[in-house]
Amino acid sequence: MSEELKFHFVVDGDDFTSAGKASVQVKKNLRQLGLSPETIRRVSIAMYEGEINMVIHAGGGVADVTVTEEYIEILLSDKGPGIKDIEQAMQEGFSTASDNIRSLGFGAGMGLPNMKRYTDYMDIKSTVGVGTDITMRVNI
Amino acid sequence: MKISTIKELLGAKVICCADELDKHVYSACGSDMMSDVLAYVKDQAVLLTGLVNSQVIRTAEMMDMNCIVFVRSKMPTAEMIELAEECGIVILATDKRMYEACGLLYSNGLHGNRVKNV
Ligand SMILES: Nc1ncnc2c1ncn2[C@@H]1O[C@H](COP(=O)(O)OP(=O)(O)OP(=O)(O)O)[C@@H](O)[C@H]1O
Ligand SMILES: [Mg+2]
Repeated sequence: MSEELKFHFVVDGDDFTSAGKASVQVKKNLRQLGLSPETIRRVSIAMYEGEINMVIHAGGGVADVTVTEEYIEILLSDKGPGIKDIEQAMQEGFSTASDNIRSLGFGAGMGLPNMKRYTDYMDIKSTVGVGTDITMRVNI
Repeated sequence: MKISTIKELLGAKVICCADELDKHVYSACGSDMMSDVLAYVKDQAVLLTGLVNSQVIRTAEMMDMNCIVFVRSKMPTAEMIELAEECGIVILATDKRMYEACGLLYSNGLHGNRVKNV
C-alpha cells in the first residue's frame, strides 16, 4: 500500500433506513485491505456514528475516507444547522434529538463521545446555519 | 455460552442463520439506544433489544456481534433479515421482556462487559 486510497460517499438525509450504508461499505473495503479487526471496528463505529448524525441532525452530507500507510482519515461534511456549543455537544448524554429520533434508537447523546473515544484524533468545525465538518483519524 | 443455549433459555425462535447456533459467545448487552451499545465494544457478542429497524443490524455489524435477540415478541422485517444473513448474524425472537431475558442469560453465566475498550 504505497499509494493513498480514497473513498467518497454521498449520505442521503431523507432515508433513515439506509443510513449507515457508507460505513458498512468502508468496513468491507478495510477488510479487503487486511487491516486488523480492532482498527476496522474503531473506524467503522466512529464513521457510523458520524454518518447517523448527518442523517438525523443535518439532512445528510458527504463522507470521504482516506487510507494511508499510517492512518485512516474520515472526513464528514454537511450543510446542516451546525452545532452551537461544541463542548456541550461532546458531553456524554447531551442530545437535542426529538422523541421521534429517540424512538428510532438514537438520541442518547453518546455518538460524539464515542467518535472521540474510538479515534486517535478528532476535530469539529461547525458554524451555525452553515454546516459541520468533522475530521477523525485512526492510526494503523 | 452457545447461541443454541440462549435460544433454549429464552424459548426463542430462530429467525435466521440457524447454521451459526453452535458459536460460543462470552458477553451480552441489552439496550434500545444504539449509541449506548456502541459505547462498550469489548467482545460484546449478543445484543438484546426491543428496537426494530435496520440500524439494529448495522450496529451489530459495526461491533462484529454474532447474535441479536428481539424481546417482547418483536419481529424483524424481511429487509433486516436479509441484512443479518449477509453478515452471518443470528437473529432470535422471544416473547420474554427485556428485564427477564437479560436476567435469565445473566444468571446462567452470560455476563455483561462494561469495559471500555479503546
Ligand atoms: N452533524 C451535525 N449537525 C448538527 N448538529 C449535530 C451534528 N452532530 C451532532 N450534533 C448535535 O450534537 C448533539 C450530540 O450529538 P451525539 O451524536 O453525541 O448525540 P445524539 O446524536 O443526539 O445521540 P446518539 O448519538 O447517542 O444517538 C446532537 O444531539 C446534536 O444537537
Ligand atoms: Mg449521534
